[in-house]
Amino acid sequence: MQVFNKLKGIVAPLEAVNVDTDQIIPKQFLKRIERTGYESMLFYDWRYLNDGKTLNPDFELNAPRYEGASILLAKDNFGCGSSREHAPWALDNYGFRCIIAPSYADIFYNNCFNNGMLPIMLPSDIVEELFDEVRAHAGYQLEIDLEAQVIRKPGGESIAFDLAPFFRERLLNGWDQIGLTLRHEAMISAYESGRGFQPVGS
Amino acid sequence: MAKNIYEKIWEAHVVHEPAGEDAILYIDRHYVHEVTSPQAFEGLRLTGRKVRRPELTFATMDHNIPTTDRSVPIRDPLSKQQVETLKQNCAEAGVECFDMHDRRNGIVHVIGPELGLTLPGMTIVCGDSHTSTHGALGALAHGIGTSEVEHVLATQTLLQKKSKTMEVRVNGALPVGLTAKDIILAIIGKIGTAGGTGYVIEFTGEAIRALSMEGRMTVCNMTIEGGARAGLISPDEKTFEYLKGRAYLPKDKSWDALVAGWKAWASEPGCTYDTLVELNAADIEPQVTWGTSPGMVTGISGKTPVVSELQGVEKLAAASALKYMDLGEGMPLSEVTINKMFLGSCTNGRLEDLRAAAKVAKGHKVHPSIQQALVVPGSHEVKQQAEAEGIDAIFREAGFEWREAGCSMCLAMNDDFLLPGDRCASTSNRNFEGRQGKGGRTHLVSPAMAVAAAITGHFTDIRTWNFND
Repeated sequence: MQVFNKLKGIVAPLEAVNVDTDQIIPKQFLKRIERTGYESMLFYDWRYLNDGKTLNPDFELNAPRYEGASILLAKDNFGCGSSREHAPWALDNYGFRCIIAPSYADIFYNNCFNNGMLPIMLPSDIVEELFDEVRAHAGYQLEIDLEAQVIRKPGGESIAFDLAPFFRERLLNGWDQIGLTLRHEAMISAYESGRGFQPVGS
Repeated sequence: MAKNIYEKIWEAHVVHEPAGEDAILYIDRHYVHEVTSPQAFEGLRLTGRKVRRPELTFATMDHNIPTTDRSVPIRDPLSKQQVETLKQNCAEAGVECFDMHDRRNGIVHVIGPELGLTLPGMTIVCGDSHTSTHGALGALAHGIGTSEVEHVLATQTLLQKKSKTMEVRVNGALPVGLTAKDIILAIIGKIGTAGGTGYVIEFTGEAIRALSMEGRMTVCNMTIEGGARAGLISPDEKTFEYLKGRAYLPKDKSWDALVAGWKAWASEPGCTYDTLVELNAADIEPQVTWGTSPGMVTGISGKTPVVSELQGVEKLAAASALKYMDLGEGMPLSEVTINKMFLGSCTNGRLEDLRAAAKVAKGHKVHPSIQQALVVPGSHEVKQQAEAEGIDAIFREAGFEWREAGCSMCLAMNDDFLLPGDRCASTSNRNFEGRQGKGGRTHLVSPAMAVAAAITGHFTDIRTWNFND
């Protein structure tokens, strides 16, 4: 898994609450059997006009000032709906390695960490302030320091964020979760023997 | 101390809790489908890992398959490739796979309980958010992402943080004409689409107990639309009666021994939860969603919101939803006309749903303004049973299309989708923008309400319906 340590990049705002994974990547793109190549499909129905090719000038992310953005600023309950991991894949393939929002849907939140992406949760008022600042300054960048668990603003001011220590360690080291779990393989086997391999309910 | 069902299942499945890390939870049943599994199997191949417990894993194809003639090959090459990839992966790993020609095939959340693969006290996962459905039988069941699918395939465990618990108690008797779908939509309307985030919900109360097993599945199915990963209902006599004679029940134990084991999972009197939400069944009306999120819902006698009366985030969301839905402010839901109808999905594609809907359809005709009215059974078994009861004939005579089983227009990955500007009464679970087809507008309702709307051309209060018995 890709390591996440420090990231400095352009911030792009997404002005909607309850952004569901159907919006992040619509279903017609879930037929592929790959993990990569989803960048052009991100926010497809919002990003393009009805021809599916021409960029929608009203969709904020399409503005030239957000080109190359790697940090997505979002609103409450980001990533709700379907469990499709294609959603974080599409965000990552597009270039977003970090999301900042007041809250996330559970499954999406977990899926991000499994792809070396960092979803940061901050209080609503701080997120709203960031929205204002991003829009006020073209080229607005933030620096994410995962080790120190702070976001540094252009003026030097910093915002601390919370994160479960285990998630932090995994990202900092790029650890493969399956490998981590298999360190405890003997305990899984012991658990299975205790139950005679029968699933509970049997 | 008295324990609730979630605490019991959790404690029985923790393999290990490494200090400072999430718990390693053993998984009893892993359901796999064609859309969220190919990258997981590929991951195993790349790392040289094997499926640890193929015999605890079952696969079906449901999202991508056509609901029309199955004797012809799938036309879409990508869908075909995905379906064939699943078959191949399962064959290599030794996982039983119900392909689209198999009589056990159907939507994963319909066939699990139907085959007796889902049992009380189990931990169940699937790369699909509606896995919460299986909680209706008293199993801890939830959706996972593809990386987690790979993790479960390789280790038969999942990393989990213990959730908080929420009791959602629905008091009193449900009025005539109301269904499980109305209950769960009303609950989501009350708690909001993120109200259950971080929680596992147990549904309790007289109105929940009175539901059939299929109704309970409808309630648990949409738990995820309220933000909670899992929803459960403690097993009772109805659960055991439902499971009797199911194909995959364990063969090495007597029925009485099985029932005794299952009973032990139920929440104990006096157990506690972190939070309580209460509703009175008598206050619930037939529900219709008006917006682009399942929480944007009201009773059939209600109206769309007036944006200026709302505040903050809600205001922004309502304005944007009404614009997408092309609905005015303060508009009575009963005046909203539709041109499409979809009856089916893992929410409402079971036999009881089809029976209730057929009762409404009997002796009526689909309204001339309706361009398509699809009835898609949740499984092959449901389809066969419905046909044996003459339900297909009732629908056909009334002008509905009777299809093969699958996910179909719930998420529109196959050829069943809405066109831009279409407005659909749908028994599915999500009214997100474009969910049923780009530019399509979805109103979530119960099966009876969907069929009534297809017959009158607009949303109609089922409590005043003229039934032809």
